[in-house]
Amino acid sequence: MVIRSESDQDQFTLRRRPWAERSVDRGFKLLTIVLASLVAVLLLGIFLTVFSGAREAMASFGLSFLVTSGWDPVNSQYGAFTAIYGTLVSSLLALVIAVPLGVGTAIFITENLIPRNIREVIGVMVELLAAIPSVVLGLWAIFVMEPLLRPFLNFLHQSLGWFPLFSTAPKGPGMAPAILILVVMILPIITAISRDALNQVPQELRQGAYGVGSTRWIAIFNVILPAALSSIIGGVMLALGRAMGETMAVTMIIGNSMNFSLSLLAPGNTISAMLANQFGEADGIQVSALLYAALILMLLTFAVNILAQWIVRKFSLSYN
Amino acid sequence: MTLAKPAFPARSLRFNPGLSRNRTDKLFTSIAGLFSLIAVLPLFLVLIYVLIQGGKLISVSLFTQLPPAPGLEGGGIANAIIGTFVVTLVASLIAIPVGVGGGVYLAEYASSGWFAQFIRVGNDILAGVPSIICGVFVYGAIVATRLFFGQSYSAVAGGIALAVLMLPTVIKTTDEALKLVPQELSWGAIGVGASKFVTITRITLPSAFTPIATGVVLAIARAAGETAPLIFTALFSPFWPEGLFNPIASMSVLIFNFAIMPYEAQNSLAWATSFVLVMLILGANLLARWIRRFASS
Repeated sequence: MVIRSESDQDQFTLRRRPWAERSVDRGFKLLTIVLASLVAVLLLGIFLTVFSGAREAMASFGLSFLVTSGWDPVNSQYGAFTAIYGTLVSSLLALVIAVPLGVGTAIFITENLIPRNIREVIGVMVELLAAIPSVVLGLWAIFVMEPLLRPFLNFLHQSLGWFPLFSTAPKGPGMAPAILILVVMILPIITAISRDALNQVPQELRQGAYGVGSTRWIAIFNVILPAALSSIIGGVMLALGRAMGETMAVTMIIGNSMNFSLSLLAPGNTISAMLANQFGEADGIQVSALLYAALILMLLTFAVNILAQWIVRKFSLSYN
Repeated sequence: MTLAKPAFPARSLRFNPGLSRNRTDKLFTSIAGLFSLIAVLPLFLVLIYVLIQGGKLISVSLFTQLPPAPGLEGGGIANAIIGTFVVTLVASLIAIPVGVGGGVYLAEYASSGWFAQFIRVGNDILAGVPSIICGVFVYGAIVATRLFFGQSYSAVAGGIALAVLMLPTVIKTTDEALKLVPQELSWGAIGVGASKFVTITRITLPSAFTPIATGVVLAIARAAGETAPLIFTALFSPFWPEGLFNPIASMSVLIFNFAIMPYEAQNSLAWATSFVLVMLILGANLLARWIRRFASS
């Protein structure tokens, strides 16, 4: 039997960590907590800044601000209905066009319809489209897309002019080109999220569907899309939030008119476009009215984003 | 024992393209193909026009001279290029340390628990805040209150607005990248007696470097093209940059201002600026892609 010496035993006792090391550890943790809480501070700060600025307008215009459409800086009468209507209509119509295109593209590049190389190239190109700054898309919309689109919009007005949505003659900037540029901007988001959702559908589901004799598209419509639906809807909601807040491209092409018109061919406005145009030069109650509109925009995007997260969390099917 | 005769004729197992289900299939495939074509068409159209319209004006003077007065020809966008770099640099210097720190907290100290969940949800909401609202916020908090030495519009204010925009992306990428680092690595480090601080800064963060770097490069590229947060924070200036606490030009705001001017010279300068900006941003995107591919091989 070997008897251990005193010093040997010492070697194996737990060392108490030096004070400096412990305080560095604790300090680092504290630092990361502070940095993480900055997110909450910023959110609160954004909300309070907008809310406190909007209080004056809320007090003087109340809820009628939401449903009246006069915007008259001379007489200090403000109603944001035109902008709210423009925000909702432009983003919803953009969504109606972009969802089939985006989901269709996502199916095309995930479901093995074409060789892998081509699929990857299309995927990369859609991602690069998302990287193009919105101000460049706005420039392109002013000088390229709108002139190209004009004859078609003219035709629409001449043949369907009795329909309220096409009741005015197109005169350049307007709601219709703004909607199309929004489609270009949200298409990459919808495609990317739908692609991820489709990729996460387990291979066994596809094999099962093909095994019982379904064709590719029967499998896509009846098995694969339903399995991916919750994430796709979540992605669509995120895209809706993005479309409502999108500023530059829309500002440059929508015409910035505060006169309400049902026609999609007439100039319109959105809340973000109105902010971009007027906030810099506004003073007095107009600033407050603009901040009131900003608050509405913020609440709309909050609601849409939270709903999107809730849908994804609540309805996502989990496979192991 | 003999096999039972199949109850269907053998030719029904052969693919028959004339069947209505197969024709429907082909129809839907062509529709999906058409949709993909429409989806990538704008990229080509935008790139072609930016290359043609903007490429015409690329010259040395574009990169060395100031923009001309409205209505005049010539000049360059040198101050806007410098300005974009300055504002983006300020934004990165704020957003990267804060975002990586916040991500470290979420991934390493509190992967569950109400506070971490609260911060994660808050981060997603912050990511969804429209960029123009970020501008309004910074205007109200910094520009209108003249927080920095009594200056109103400034390059720093613009940088802060962009940082608010970048922060959620940086936090999210760091959080997700750190979660992918194998637990064994940090167990090993703790096991040989490293403190938590040393484990994170020497072991966990370096092994998650590539995905974090990719995400940060993408966030910077996105911030460089943002206009809405800058138009009433950094404003614009037709002169050379005069320090961090004065209004500063940027490429994106220059494109916006010059695109809506009724002068042809200004419009073509906007195209040339778009050319430079799009090249920089696509370059950064390809760089991020290359980092990812380089690391995975």
